[in-house]
Amino acid sequence: MPVLLSAFASGLLFGLGLIVAQMIDPQKVLGFLDVFGRWDPSLALVMASAVAVSALGFAAAKRLRIPLFARKLDIPNRRDLDARLVIGSSLFGIGWGLVGLCPGPAIVNIAAGTWQILVFVAAMMVGMGLVRFVPQRKPSVPPSRAVPSVDG
Amino acid sequence: MEAFTPVSAVTGGIMIGAAAALLLLLIGRVAGISGIVGGLIPPRRKDAAWRVAFLAGLVLAPAVYTFGGSRAPSVSIDAPFAVVLVGGLLVGFGSRLGAGCTSGHGVCGIGRGSPRSLAATGIFMATAILTVFLTRHVWGS
Repeated sequence: MPVLLSAFASGLLFGLGLIVAQMIDPQKVLGFLDVFGRWDPSLALVMASAVAVSALGFAAAKRLRIPLFARKLDIPNRRDLDARLVIGSSLFGIGWGLVGLCPGPAIVNIAAGTWQILVFVAAMMVGMGLVRFVPQRKPSVPPSRAVPSVDG
Repeated sequence: MEAFTPVSAVTGGIMIGAAAALLLLLIGRVAGISGIVGGLIPPRRKDAAWRVAFLAGLVLAPAVYTFGGSRAPSVSIDAPFAVVLVGGLLVGFGSRLGAGCTSGHGVCGIGRGSPRSLAATGIFMATAILTVFLTRHVWGS
């Protein structure tokens, strides 16, 4: 139960932060991405302040070693670049630039219930499901030392 | 276009960063939204509940925000159906293939100093800026 409450509280605070920062509005996000138009740098400040606070959290977590309500920290430890990261991030950026929505704001906007949001979220989940059909190169490290493939 | 809003941007950013720190310190998980949603497709027993709880918090955020007396910011998507569909597919597919999105790579990954996340963030920012440049200034009205 403390695990679920923690996750819920974090999700709620995350969503409230997106609302306060106006990042749930695709027009605001596109205003940031429109560097060659009338550029709105707000998103850069959202990112910078979020990174600063999350960095404090990671530093504290590394010191504590064990989270309050779980047995271990589940932090990705890969450091190499691979084709999946480069191609995936490129495609994600194109989709982000087309509509102005990334996964967080899309989920927060579900409650608004417009057809655009519902189509976007449904398509997003289909897209996520399709990744399993991308052939994966055999790992060169033995399975026991295999690292998680998810960064976030 | 809306004006630059530094105060709300920094305030919201601090809240987002605090949410990520909270999730990490309490249950040891990274607050990457694409990872949290993607981990439910398909759902796995024992691992699904915290993801659903986190997403419930996200979905309920607008209701809590307006309950507190504030007016929610306007949200408008003026893209046609095909663009919304393709955009959604690319965001879902790309963020999972690339192992993270704006939150997982951008906020959490850079926050812990991951070179992978720094590269991923640079790449998706670049292709997003290029996409907006092409749609707004080259092909667009």
